[in-house]
Amino acid sequence: MTPLLEVRGIDKSFGPVQVLHDVAFSAHAGEVTALVGDNGAGKSTLVKCVGGIYPIDSGEIVFDGRPVQVHGPRDAGELGIEIVYQDLALCDNLDIVQNMFLGRERRRGLVLDEASMEELAEKTLSSLSVRTVKSIRQQVSSLSGGQRQTVAIAKAVLWNSKVVILDEPTAALGVAQTAQVLELVRRLADKGLAVVLISHNMNDVFAVSDQIAALYLGRMAAQVRTADVTHAQVVELITSGRSGDLGIVS
Amino acid sequence: MNKVKELPGEAIATAAQAPSIGHSVRAYAERVRGGDMGALPAVLGLVVLCTVFAIARPSFLSPINFANLFTQGAAVTVIAMGLVFVLLLGEIDLSAGFASGVCAAVLAVTLTSLGLPWYVCVLAAVATGAVIGVVLGSLVAKVGIPSFVVTLAAFLAFQGLVLVLVDEGKNISIRDEVIVAIAGRNLPPWLGWGLYAACVAIYAAVQLVRARRRAGRGLVADPLSLIAVRVGSLAVIAGLAVYVLNLERSRNPLITSLTGVPIVVPVILALLVLWTFVLRRTAFGRHIYAVGGNAEAARRAGIAVDRIKVSAFVICSAMAAVGGVIAASRASSVDPNTGGSSVLLYAVGAAVIGGTSLFGGKGRVVDAILGGAVVAVIENGMALMGYGSSVKYLVTGCVLLLAAGVDALARKRAASAGLR
Repeated sequence: MTPLLEVRGIDKSFGPVQVLHDVAFSAHAGEVTALVGDNGAGKSTLVKCVGGIYPIDSGEIVFDGRPVQVHGPRDAGELGIEIVYQDLALCDNLDIVQNMFLGRERRRGLVLDEASMEELAEKTLSSLSVRTVKSIRQQVSSLSGGQRQTVAIAKAVLWNSKVVILDEPTAALGVAQTAQVLELVRRLADKGLAVVLISHNMNDVFAVSDQIAALYLGRMAAQVRTADVTHAQVVELITSGRSGDLGIVS
Repeated sequence: MNKVKELPGEAIATAAQAPSIGHSVRAYAERVRGGDMGALPAVLGLVVLCTVFAIARPSFLSPINFANLFTQGAAVTVIAMGLVFVLLLGEIDLSAGFASGVCAAVLAVTLTSLGLPWYVCVLAAVATGAVIGVVLGSLVAKVGIPSFVVTLAAFLAFQGLVLVLVDEGKNISIRDEVIVAIAGRNLPPWLGWGLYAACVAIYAAVQLVRARRRAGRGLVADPLSLIAVRVGSLAVIAGLAVYVLNLERSRNPLITSLTGVPIVVPVILALLVLWTFVLRRTAFGRHIYAVGGNAEAARRAGIAVDRIKVSAFVICSAMAAVGGVIAASRASSVDPNTGGSSVLLYAVGAAVIGGTSLFGGKGRVVDAILGGAVVAVIENGMALMGYGSSVKYLVTGCVLLLAAGVDALARKRAASAGLR
């Protein structure tokens, strides 16, 4: 099975500092691929290259079997790649529907088509089995961290996206809310999306992911199936770049 | 994980459980407790002030004084309506007062020196306002100078500009009948009632159509009882106002009869409807709230933040121009003080007292009208009580501070209630 999103041989430098060295990475439809690595390993840079925020120096991005050029966030959006950033990019003073359609409002002539937006938002939320919000007309400021994260993810799903990249979605959440968001992450994959989950938390990674890709100092140490590795092996990959016969051959 | 089972009350409200009127009242009470007080302080303030002044000076309630309130407060209210747009972005326009002065001077010069027809002159004044807005907005959005500094500089510069336009301090009197009529004449009583009936009918129709359309699509709609209460209270309050304004208020009715709704009232109503529509029903309005709430989120959503900022300043300065025209109409003249002294602070005060947040992202156009009413009542009542400017300034300053304090405390409260 060909991966939905694949990057090969990505190099990326900021001035004299090379952040990514010949990175290969793939994400399959219907799977959660965890992207792990220590601080500064290049996780966020890799994601931003895929999302079109940083141009890549060399290498290629293959989407659905064909090589593509991603020159900006808009290109990524058109391909169906949505990134949910760590800082959630929601407006506190708007309600859930307004946030989900922000910048892409539906209108009839000059007037906003509130009813159809509300319907679609409700449909999206219920398709994700989100039942934790009182009303979708409630202001985002009144939501808990987990609910906000849910809204941000639902916003990414609303646009028939095929790849959803989540940057540390559970970093600021409590136990119950983390579970809630992880369940949602799993459901996204079960719906057939390719989900990329950036995380520091090994428990989260083992709870939901099908594959784990470990970055070490800008190189891809290994991409393995979650079932084939242990906690300790992944930690080793993150901290030293290798573990037994896995990892970077020095 | 099983939060859903534990908290059945958190399920998405469906059309089946359509909210009752009690539900709406509870939701409102909850919002107020949570720190989102909206127009409540302004309405309460208005009631308290009116009661105090009515007891201290019965003439406060006389029809002539009631009509005066509208014409006195009109210019400040209109400027405040424009300021709401800038405040919604979390910016400020300190030059709005003198911008209105500059535009009024443009009106006066084109009317008297150039002898152009009134509509051309009004258009020239509003266009001047728009140009001022483009300049201020560009300096804030594109160059990145804080709006406080840009508009403080403009505040000084515009004082000079007014002096240049009115030839170093001369007083230009305006005799054009249409311009003078805006703040000086009244609608015939029958037209006042006709307008009242039309407004109430249209308001009721809009509310009913929206509720039916939403109910038809299976969405949560306002219950009929709530709509009835809203339309009913509008009908009663507006009806009382029209009735009082249609009473004879001339000291000597045999010589000149003075009745009817001042023409500024429908002018302000039209502006209120226009800008409320823009803010609430168009994508542009939605984007203004978004930029005020979280500019970075708006940028990532593909909204042209700079363009939104510039347009807000354009709307603000253009509305200041309209305010200037009304001020010129009321005074029948333009001098270097038009739009000066306390006009700007009253306008900012009006917007904030009405419930517009100085922190951006929260506010409505109708806030400016409620706040404008509070400011007008203070000014008018103080004058009736015989207090001089000193006390008036002191009291208005304190009220502005109080309103800003309420705003800041409400925000704090919302934060501690987990609402922000």
